Amino acid sequence: MGELAAFIILSAIALVSAVVVVTSGNIVRSALSLVPTFLGVTGLYILLQAEFVAGIQVLIYAGAITVLILFVIMLTEGGTGLRVRQVNEQVAAGLLATVVLAGLLIGVFLRTDWPRGPGALPQYTAEAIGRTFLTTAVLIFEVTSLLLLVSLIGAIIVARRER
Amino acid sequence: MTINWPLEVVKAVLAAVIVFTFLAVIGAMLGVLLERKIGGWIQSRLGPKHVGRQGLLQTVADTIKLLQKEHITPHAADVAIFNTAPLIVAVAGLLDWIVIPFAPGLIVRDLNIGVLFFAAMASLTVVGILAGGFASNNKYALLGGLRSASQMISYELPLAAALIAVAMEAGTLSTVSIVEAQARQGWFVIWQFPAFVIFMIAATAEVNRVPFDLPEAESELVAGYFSEYTGMRFALFQLGEYAEMFAMAALATTLFLGGWKGPILPPLVWFFIKMYAIVFFLMWMRWTYPRLRLDQLLNLSWKLLLPAGLVWILITGYRITF
Amino acid sequence: MQVGLTHYLIVSALLFCLGLYAVLTRRNAVAILMGIELMLNAANVNLVAFNKYVAPAALSGQVFALVVITLAACEAGVGLALVMAAYRNLETVHVDEINLMKW
Repeated sequence: MGELAAFIILSAIALVSAVVVVTSGNIVRSALSLVPTFLGVTGLYILLQAEFVAGIQVLIYAGAITVLILFVIMLTEGGTGLRVRQVNEQVAAGLLATVVLAGLLIGVFLRTDWPRGPGALPQYTAEAIGRTFLTTAVLIFEVTSLLLLVSLIGAIIVARRER
Repeated sequence: MTINWPLEVVKAVLAAVIVFTFLAVIGAMLGVLLERKIGGWIQSRLGPKHVGRQGLLQTVADTIKLLQKEHITPHAADVAIFNTAPLIVAVAGLLDWIVIPFAPGLIVRDLNIGVLFFAAMASLTVVGILAGGFASNNKYALLGGLRSASQMISYELPLAAALIAVAMEAGTLSTVSIVEAQARQGWFVIWQFPAFVIFMIAATAEVNRVPFDLPEAESELVAGYFSEYTGMRFALFQLGEYAEMFAMAALATTLFLGGWKGPILPPLVWFFIKMYAIVFFLMWMRWTYPRLRLDQLLNLSWKLLLPAGLVWILITGYRITF
Repeated sequence: MQVGLTHYLIVSALLFCLGLYAVLTRRNAVAILMGIELMLNAANVNLVAFNKYVAPAALSGQVFALVVITLAACEAGVGLALVMAAYRNLETVHVDEINLMKW
């Protein structure tokens, strides 16, 4: 009962602010609405007993990526982009495609009978995730860290001013 | 697992009200008074003296004054964002306290991701500051907000490096377990001294205090991101800042100074003695050092603290493995 | 009524479609990146939900979600650097005005 209430409230927060993100004509408001969206998704992670992922989600998405996006908005057009048209000519087509895809996905989800696996989530997911990353998933862990390094250098080179 | 939802909700709300009232009254009000008294002492002045006994009620009077003031919204400000920004800062500053253990059993929630939760909540403040700076429609506020964002993002990394080293040493992320680990292994301020130094510098920068107070440098930027804020909204920014400063001091107590543990005196007293020692240290720094320049600030973080933090993580890993 | 896997999947489908709508219709490159972030979030909700309901013993879903979050951070960094470079050279961030390669 309480779980359902929490689920409905958190999903509503995430979805309503996501609607503001995609429809607002003011790009700064769009970017700031990302924060409640990410926090709503964080709440869903907590309901799914994934506390570690939830913590990382707040730290990376709400704390870092949103700030990066706000930074770029202010460096590129500041407050001047407020009266500029924000959407292209494909609004009708985009809306149609989106609604069709949403209907299709939800239809498939409702019809499928998902299997339920055995076992239970470990009590301390943080420790178990750490072990997985250093044993079975060590390859993707290393590849991801390499990718992080590459994208760090790449971003600096692309964004720096030409001398 | 069955959870009694209404009871849990009532308990959470009660804990929140108690902790937040305590913070607003003791933390922020006493903190402001302490700041001014220590400032006066260091500069050979008396500090506030006239309201109440030895100026004890000065902050109460100031708060009443702020409550009565008019809310001024600047022309062409983005009203919705302008009104929300102080709330984000205040709430993010107060949420840090959820994982701080004051005494055995006296903690709002002993999360098993405690330290990570603290870092995540502390990182939310930036959004409020940037939003407030933007929505004020004032160039000084915007500059202050952008400076603050770059500063806080830069110093989050050394802060996280220090937290990771401590979590590795204790083998857990829960704040209560870290305190208990220190009862076994000795205070981490000894075993993790480099992490302690990095943490203190990064925490000072995270809460925008002198010598890292560029976002609100009075002499260059009027008052930085809250130039345009008046009355209670201004007070909310201040509350958030003080709540976060005290939270950083409380976290330093928990992670490095053995938390509530100590002989003879009750745990709560020990906790506050240690916390106020750190708070005093932060205030002492404020009244002693001049402000850094922006490039010096960023160089310190990226070229010194972050590499030092990473090397220290490596050394800690080596020590606990072999 | 219990909250089941289907509930989470529906929420994530809606989130994904909102992100897709932003990608399809926005002119501002930064807004398109925001749409992509929404889509990645939706994928993460799916991964974590499948982890809990379909294979709770293995933590692959959460591990994958963490990798996706890392990749999202990379994507945001590089993508926003590209936006900055485009703005510096072409003085616009609107993707329909960036048409040097088109004739």
